[in-house]
Amino acid sequence: MSETQTKTSYTIPIGPIHPAVHEAIRLDVSVEGEEIVDVDVVVGQVHRGIEWIGMNRNNPIQSIYLAERVCGICSASHPFTFVQAVEQAAGIEVPQRAEYIRVIVAEMERIHSHLLWAGVAAHEIGFDSVFYLVWRVREKVMDLTEYITGNRNSKAMYQIGGVRRDITEEQFPRIREALEYYKGVFNQLKTVFLEDITVRMRTKKVGILKTEDALRFLAVGPTARASGVPKDVRQDYAYSAYADLDIKAITPDVLTGTIVGDVYDRIIVRLLEVKQSIEIIERCLAEMPPGDILSEPKIAKLLATLKKAEGEGVGQHEAPRGEVVHYVRLQAGQETLATWKIRAPTYANLMSMPTILIGGQIADVPIAFASIDPCMSCTNRAIVVDSKTKRKSVLTDKELHELSVEKTRRLKAKFDNH
Amino acid sequence: MEILSPEEIVESFKTTLGGDFIDSRIYQREVAIKKNLFTSIWIQVKREAFRKSVEHICKLQEYPHLSVISSADREDSVELIYHFTIYYGHHLKALSLGLRLSLPKSDLKIPTITDIIPGAIFTERETQEMMGVEVIGIPDKRRLFLPDDFPEGVYPWRKDETGPHDMLRVLPGREGIKNE
Repeated sequence: MSETQTKTSYTIPIGPIHPAVHEAIRLDVSVEGEEIVDVDVVVGQVHRGIEWIGMNRNNPIQSIYLAERVCGICSASHPFTFVQAVEQAAGIEVPQRAEYIRVIVAEMERIHSHLLWAGVAAHEIGFDSVFYLVWRVREKVMDLTEYITGNRNSKAMYQIGGVRRDITEEQFPRIREALEYYKGVFNQLKTVFLEDITVRMRTKKVGILKTEDALRFLAVGPTARASGVPKDVRQDYAYSAYADLDIKAITPDVLTGTIVGDVYDRIIVRLLEVKQSIEIIERCLAEMPPGDILSEPKIAKLLATLKKAEGEGVGQHEAPRGEVVHYVRLQAGQETLATWKIRAPTYANLMSMPTILIGGQIADVPIAFASIDPCMSCTNRAIVVDSKTKRKSVLTDKELHELSVEKTRRLKAKFDNH
Repeated sequence: MEILSPEEIVESFKTTLGGDFIDSRIYQREVAIKKNLFTSIWIQVKREAFRKSVEHICKLQEYPHLSVISSADREDSVELIYHFTIYYGHHLKALSLGLRLSLPKSDLKIPTITDIIPGAIFTERETQEMMGVEVIGIPDKRRLFLPDDFPEGVYPWRKDETGPHDMLRVLPGREGIKNE
């Protein structure tokens, strides 16, 4: 390499396609050597205009199913939030039993989503045996979801004014059995993720987000909590059955005594939240009141009510990735929603991404980026641009993954030699 | 930090803003078995007092959480609502605060608040490209979701002549819902 090229800055676009949520993600990462000096987040490649469809084509009941498809993983969180906003706007009551069923389904989603994330995180650092283990463990809750809702993922449980299916006494033993299973494997997962030396080496002091930055950039969910911000919609707002359950936001200091805000802390928060979800479901089963599950079972009548309604509402829910917000305005005589605004959690968490990545290494991008839990399919390719020679080279997802795996091996070899 | 009741919050806005305070509404609903109250507050202010209002919200809680800006085309005007959450971190104390502004279509401009809340950048960029509201002083003028080759002067959320009408495609055998 010639003298002039000794210090060269590269820009690496990582992305862009993200098929699951509202926004697609591309990261333009500028590096000097191995160190990341700047990050630009580029979103919008698969904007589907869901809000527009809700405001122009669909009636509100059709929009529940559309909301369910905002995200392939949070298929309970979005309809849950949406129906709350519509219920406020139209003044529709929800039976108490329905509130408990809503929470049970939402918490099953959290267990599956956090385990899915844990598997992906293990894969990102090249720990594929753990990836297989965690995803096998996750199957239990997927089977349970299918048993309760009829489907593994798109659950179609939520309806304006309640839920569409009951959870009956006969189903309780099977739910309890699954919860017992998770309690049984929890300590094993905890050992693997929190005590394994490889995981610790790759996640401690990596991708740090300080408390103040989390507050300034409006981080939500486990990303915010791992940075010591006790923000959890289930704790903060009185909504659904969560208001009865005395939820407390989990921050990593309950386990370690300190808050670092690194990837390791995000693992702690998600792991403990799996346990929290198990406890929430158990309490819901024990305390679920009898009664109706829908305040208006006749769809035509419900639609007529909604068409006459005038008002606005804002629904919040703590999805696995953080706060989801739906704002809905209804106008009398109008069949569609007059206004609909959706804010998914990754929208908020992405603004913290530059802070998390800057100062780190390229090999840490996969795990640091995955630590806020976006879907990782977006890291599908990367182009390395030499800013001085304009020479381009393309890193595929495989090569980027190799870089990450190699770093794990290197660290491990160093550790084994000592 | 002192936690004010919804009525006290509305009063504090009235005192701070004086004649620039337009309207307010407190919404509460009982939830589940214990009948805890979900609360949202809606406050409408004159656009001149917008930044002062945001600064006032920062006094209620040092780092208020701005969820998103929603915007609606109301024929002659565009309505913006800044959806804040205050008092998060306290069990069942959080409330949703919607700060509402109405901008005449002849003058669709609003100052940025990214100097007060840096995380407002995404939603300001989105409001700018989707609704055609110019955010004065925004540090990053680029589009957020719309592609670079999307035509200038077309705003997907608008219902007037600047809406995306020419770009719509009605699928065969279907009719779009007609709004009265």
